[in-house]
Amino acid sequence: MAEPILTVNNLKKHFGSKNNLVKAVDDVSFHVMPGETLGLVGESGCGKSTTGRTIINLYDKTGGEILFDGKNNDSLSKKEQKQFHQKLQMIFQDPYASLNPRMTVFEILEEGYDIHKLYKKKKERRQKIYELLESVGLNREHANRYPHEFSGGQRQRIGIARALSFDPKLIIADEPISALDVSIQAQVVNMMKNIQRERGLAYLFIAHDLSMVKYISDRIAVMYKGKIMEIGDASDLYDRPFHPYTKSLLSAVPQPDPHSEKERRRVGYDESMHGYNEDEELKLRDFGNSHLVYCSQKEYESWTV
Amino acid sequence: MMNEPILQMKNLEVDFKTYAGTVKAVRNVSFDVYKGETLAIVGESGSGKSVTNQAIMKLLPQPPAIYAGGEILFGETNLLEKSEKQMEKIRGNEISMIFQDPMTSLNPTMKIGKQITEVMRKHTKISLGDAKKRALELMQLVGIPSPENRLNQYPHEFSGGMRQRVVIAIALAADPKLLIADEPTTALDVTIQAQILEVMKDIQKHSQTSIIFITHDLGVVANVADRVAVMYAGEIVEIGTVDDIFYNPQHPYTWGLLGSMPDMNADKKEELRTIPGSPPNLVHPPAGDAFAARNPHAMKIDFEKSPPMFEVAENHYAKTWRLHPDAPRTQIPEVIRNRYIQYNGGDQ
Ligand SMILES: Nc1ncnc2c1ncn2[C@@H]1O[C@H](COP(=O)(O)OP(=O)(O)OP(=O)(O)O)[C@@H](O)[C@H]1O
Ligand SMILES: Nc1ncnc2c1ncn2[C@@H]1O[C@H](COP(=O)(O)OP(=O)(O)OP(=O)(O)O)[C@@H](O)[C@H]1O
Ligand SMILES: [Mg+2]
Ligand SMILES: [Mg+2]
Repeated sequence: MAEPILTVNNLKKHFGSKNNLVKAVDDVSFHVMPGETLGLVGESGCGKSTTGRTIINLYDKTGGEILFDGKNNDSLSKKEQKQFHQKLQMIFQDPYASLNPRMTVFEILEEGYDIHKLYKKKKERRQKIYELLESVGLNREHANRYPHEFSGGQRQRIGIARALSFDPKLIIADEPISALDVSIQAQVVNMMKNIQRERGLAYLFIAHDLSMVKYISDRIAVMYKGKIMEIGDASDLYDRPFHPYTKSLLSAVPQPDPHSEKERRRVGYDESMHGYNEDEELKLRDFGNSHLVYCSQKEYESWTV
Repeated sequence: MMNEPILQMKNLEVDFKTYAGTVKAVRNVSFDVYKGETLAIVGESGSGKSVTNQAIMKLLPQPPAIYAGGEILFGETNLLEKSEKQMEKIRGNEISMIFQDPMTSLNPTMKIGKQITEVMRKHTKISLGDAKKRALELMQLVGIPSPENRLNQYPHEFSGGMRQRVVIAIALAADPKLLIADEPTTALDVTIQAQILEVMKDIQKHSQTSIIFITHDLGVVANVADRVAVMYAGEIVEIGTVDDIFYNPQHPYTWGLLGSMPDMNADKKEELRTIPGSPPNLVHPPAGDAFAARNPHAMKIDFEKSPPMFEVAENHYAKTWRLHPDAPRTQIPEVIRNRYIQYNGGDQ
């Protein structure tokens, strides 16, 4: 069996002070295999972006460990850390805010090469940037334009091109398509899948559009209030959800069909419905086929019959 | 549904003066909004959805924007003739708007609670105490957990989705006659989205609010819309009831749009459908049908002459030459026909 490209063990990220503590990420563990897409879904504010930002070291973690390419991020030398960042890239939720408006696309893409001292020869560098633009479905004429001269979809592709400029092994894509219209979403998703196939890239794909997440992901993790509630193979999770929060989430997805929308019944979720006792141990338990669900022993027994 | 319209847009034209020339962003757009209905507007990025609706609020900066033609009747009066002072009374009061980008409508240096109460106090005579109470209620209504603590936080301490819910709470604060929602739920997860849609529907039922709902999520359209307008390159190319648009669409752009959405049963190995090519440059809009260059079934006339709106059925219109009596009969694509058959048990 191949080694995971990313392993996250008991990751914690808390914000605020003692009397106003937000446990944005609270004991989260998962892994991503090379060339695989793990979808990360869950309600707004459950800690998806914070998980991504903590993995790339944008936030100091409160606890836990992050292994990238088999190496623990804490035990790396300065030089290795640099490499770590190069091979692990993030596409941010807001495509407008993440591109410098005063730089041309060429300069934006060149910046990564400068930081990491890559392709120092002018001609070689230009060639690399043109190739990069073409790989995301833009062309070399676009290189001299500024971000505001592009449509939302094109701008998002510049963000992707920038991430790719480091030749990463894993990209954390935080809602990369939410702001785009449907036909451009389809373009970007097709493109991301093609690049994945060509380069053996892995994605941690954060999103709330569950139809798209199901389509793009090999596995999916469902997060609720800083914890993972359920994780498993994409179609397995959709066809055989165990956790009531997952069921509630799936029942909320609007379908592009007016007739089924009139009939759709949403099931609610309320934590108190579990009726857990103080002494019950809650953890991810295996329901077979690497399908893990956060529950008590009692629930495990009643859900598996 | 078809009572008297509260808003009538007639032949609206909006231009932008830019260095590259005059951008014809909104071209001859007409539609009505009836009391208590939800009209969804869908269409490609850059097709003029936001500009059309910002024109209703008269929010476009002039220059570069020019209201080049048409009128927008709200009740008896043409909004385009109102002074800025008169518009200020209407905005956020009779008509309110939820903007596409929540960060631009929130002040990053002001506490959330204060931002909500300020809006209320600007438009209604309400004591600070009552405004605070109402702000708390609204935060609860849009599903913000422990709102008491949250009122004292700044926008950057909120997640993306929570910020958007605050913006929605602010828009609802004034109890408007017409609510224009520009991609209000795009940044939200499905549970909160469903909750917000229910809140909006409830408020609509109570106060007969009319809603213009701009979105690219066709699932949301199917859920909220009574009628749907489809925009392409600054024009409305098709308008009809939600069933007309989903089960009997007539414009090739509408077909492309409906075809590119994966549903929950989409096959992972197949590529998603896209609409090849890109929209026309609106500095020089094409002479014929603006979608012709991307339409695999385009006829000669599509490149030469802009089609009129053809009536498909009562309340259903589409702007495409394929509906001309002399045009050769073309079929609605199979994916879309299948859906029609699946839900209506027959062909059309
Ligand atoms: N810089 C920060 N300071 C304080 N609290 C923060 C900060 N960033 C995030 N939080 C809090 O952490 C929690 C998780 O936020 P996060 O942005 O990770 O959510 P998310 O799952 O990405 O939500 P969304 O889908 O809305 O983007 C929220 O309660 C949020 O208010
Ligand atoms: N201030 C401006 N100056 C010049 N052109 C503008 C300006 N604002 C908008 N436009 C142009 O007007 C057209 C319509 O833009 P609009 O924002 O209405 O699109 P939209 O349909 O809302 O797209 P999206 O789905 O991406 O939000 C676009 O071609 C845009 O470039
Ligand atoms: Mg987020
Ligand atoms: Mg818009």
